[in-house]
Amino acid sequence: MARPGVLIEPYQRLKLEQVEQIHRASLEILNDPGIICFNRTAAELFSDSGAEVIATGREDAPTWQLKIPERLVSEAIDTCPKVVKLGARDEQNCLILNGAEARVHFASGSEANKWLDMDVETFVSKRDPTHETELPVFRAEKGTTERLAQAARLCEHLDSWDSFLRTVNIQDDDINRDNKDVNKFFVSLNNTTKHVMSGLTEITKLKNVVKMARIIAGGDKAFRENPIISFITCVVKSPLQLVDDTTQKAIEITRLGIPLVISSSPQGGSTAPIREEGMVAQINAEILTGITLTQLVNKGASVLYGSVPVRTRMDNLYDSYGVPEFSQYNVDCVQMARYYGLPCYSTAGVSDISIPGIQSAVERLFSHILVTLAGAQYVHYAFGLLERTNIFCPVQAVLDDVHIDMVKRFVRQPEVSDSSIADCLDQVRKVMATSHKLYVRFVRRALHSGEVAPPYPFESKGTTDETLILARQRMEKLLALPASHLDQNIIDSIFQEVPGLLPRLRNP
Amino acid sequence: MTQDIISLIKENVVQGRVTQDDEGLDEGMVGKPGVTELIDEALTAGIGIRDIISQGLSAGMKIVGDKFSTGEFFIPDMLASAEAVGAAMEKLEPHLAESGIKAKGKILVATVKGDLHDIGKNIVSILLRGAGFTVKDLGNDVEPQTIVAAVREEKPQFLGMSALLTSTMTNMQDTIEALKESGLRDRVKVIIGGAPVSEEFAKSIGADGYGADGFQAVETVESLAAS
Repeated sequence: MARPGVLIEPYQRLKLEQVEQIHRASLEILNDPGIICFNRTAAELFSDSGAEVIATGREDAPTWQLKIPERLVSEAIDTCPKVVKLGARDEQNCLILNGAEARVHFASGSEANKWLDMDVETFVSKRDPTHETELPVFRAEKGTTERLAQAARLCEHLDSWDSFLRTVNIQDDDINRDNKDVNKFFVSLNNTTKHVMSGLTEITKLKNVVKMARIIAGGDKAFRENPIISFITCVVKSPLQLVDDTTQKAIEITRLGIPLVISSSPQGGSTAPIREEGMVAQINAEILTGITLTQLVNKGASVLYGSVPVRTRMDNLYDSYGVPEFSQYNVDCVQMARYYGLPCYSTAGVSDISIPGIQSAVERLFSHILVTLAGAQYVHYAFGLLERTNIFCPVQAVLDDVHIDMVKRFVRQPEVSDSSIADCLDQVRKVMATSHKLYVRFVRRALHSGEVAPPYPFESKGTTDETLILARQRMEKLLALPASHLDQNIIDSIFQEVPGLLPRLRNP
Repeated sequence: MTQDIISLIKENVVQGRVTQDDEGLDEGMVGKPGVTELIDEALTAGIGIRDIISQGLSAGMKIVGDKFSTGEFFIPDMLASAEAVGAAMEKLEPHLAESGIKAKGKILVATVKGDLHDIGKNIVSILLRGAGFTVKDLGNDVEPQTIVAAVREEKPQFLGMSALLTSTMTNMQDTIEALKESGLRDRVKVIIGGAPVSEEFAKSIGADGYGADGFQAVETVESLAAS
């Protein structure tokens, strides 16, 4: 059993001919100008495999120019698994991401520095001092292990949230570069039974994180069969540069055979062409470079096509997730991944504004609908992100869960059959034979099975918008539910064998 | 035997099944007797009308009402059950007098002249029947004089009028005026409802009551019946 996601008939923004044109443009980019590589191991791997590799840097700061031939890319695409399993503590929560099947799953993301809490305060009207109203007030706090745990617990209880991708950057006083990875993964795995994905801060700590995952999964073999964690690496700095640190991480993770997202995030208008076809040709070249590298390291290693294209704001050069081009870029990338048969890690549901509200709802729902319709297998950034990706707000995540459920209800495939049509005709005849001519009696089964969408759960009753206040109440109820912690004996084993864990996290 | 049939009536009210063709809420119900077939069985078996109503129909509606108030049931469930009870009461009506049971009252309902929108009126009719009232539905786009004639002939205790359009709601007032001119106004309590009307409007045209929705309409009629 795996999480069902939502299976859709994908919206095709690009015609097949256009997909092929962009594919050829990406191959041209890989040859000319090629990729600048800052990682020696990668340069050697490409060179050994027949790519043209030209040393271009100084002796103390070596760089290489890679000209990657089409053959290498094609071979890599051939050897990449087309179906990737992302395991979970509870195997029913695992995800099967099939590149040939547009089954969409939703995950969080970003490792935001800020956590946005929401209080409710009473305000008095200046015009009419007898008139009081309750309004949300926001407070930005830094990300901590406690807040990461809260987010993981929300993930556990929100049904649309399929996979936990670390939401906040943990910045507790006792967290440092050396212990961040193990504590980040421990807190996440100890608070959700869903798949946990994250980036890696320090490559030397990879073995400790994997040791922890093996203990939880039940040993090395069990972990291979049920990879409860996976990693993201942004190997490419746009435009077209393989970064030393993240490339080395990708190499090490791939050697261990752990599922890996090869992610690239160019900004249209600054680090990539602003035109759709130029942006997609470049990001596709960047992702194909990373994917090719993984297959040179370990043929058959599980990898996701990670596309995070954004558009530059022209008033401040920040990323923009709210503009329509963001969705265009992302939808196109989903099509490129499908062209190669690879499962796609895509992006939707982010707002440029720093607080929940109307702009946030409009921007995130816009991309949620469109990228879901495109049929990405794994949509990250889908919960709680504001101010581009600098803020995670748990109340916003609760709202996102409801909105994604609405999107899922819309995109699911229609089930029209001879027998369903016969049932409908029977209903029409029965109702027309009554005096009241109402279909309500025939709603009941669908209503009780959950097939019929409920009313918006955060609907305001009066003339003040209570949406956020009601969402916060739901968040508090969810956080009051029992947490799905690891068994104590597993926690004991982890603390015995994995160095760097904070003792205060042992008994949450 | 008696208890079995009464229990089945109660269960089928909860299921909202009028006849054996209805699917109800649970699986595998189609083909089993619905409320109307069970009422026939009960009458044939000589079960008392009072027991059928109190232990079967009313007990079933009580369960449905409780489930509605806890959020387990929705309006379609209430309507389905009310429809089943209404159908049962129609069958029992000829036997009420001989059993010494006083009928709750008769109500004429109509959507007024110029207005074809009768969903609200139909829902109210189902709920009123489910509450034990005898409902005579005059249909939609009904002329004031047609309503006056029906009041004269049917002698109902209540008249319910509905309208959806602001352009037709004034025909409610015309109908009340026509009742006055015919000398029938004092013989019937008039309640109104529909999207554009309000309690204030009801008062302004001289109606006796107003229902904002189907449930309030039933409450208003119940309250007028008790006064």
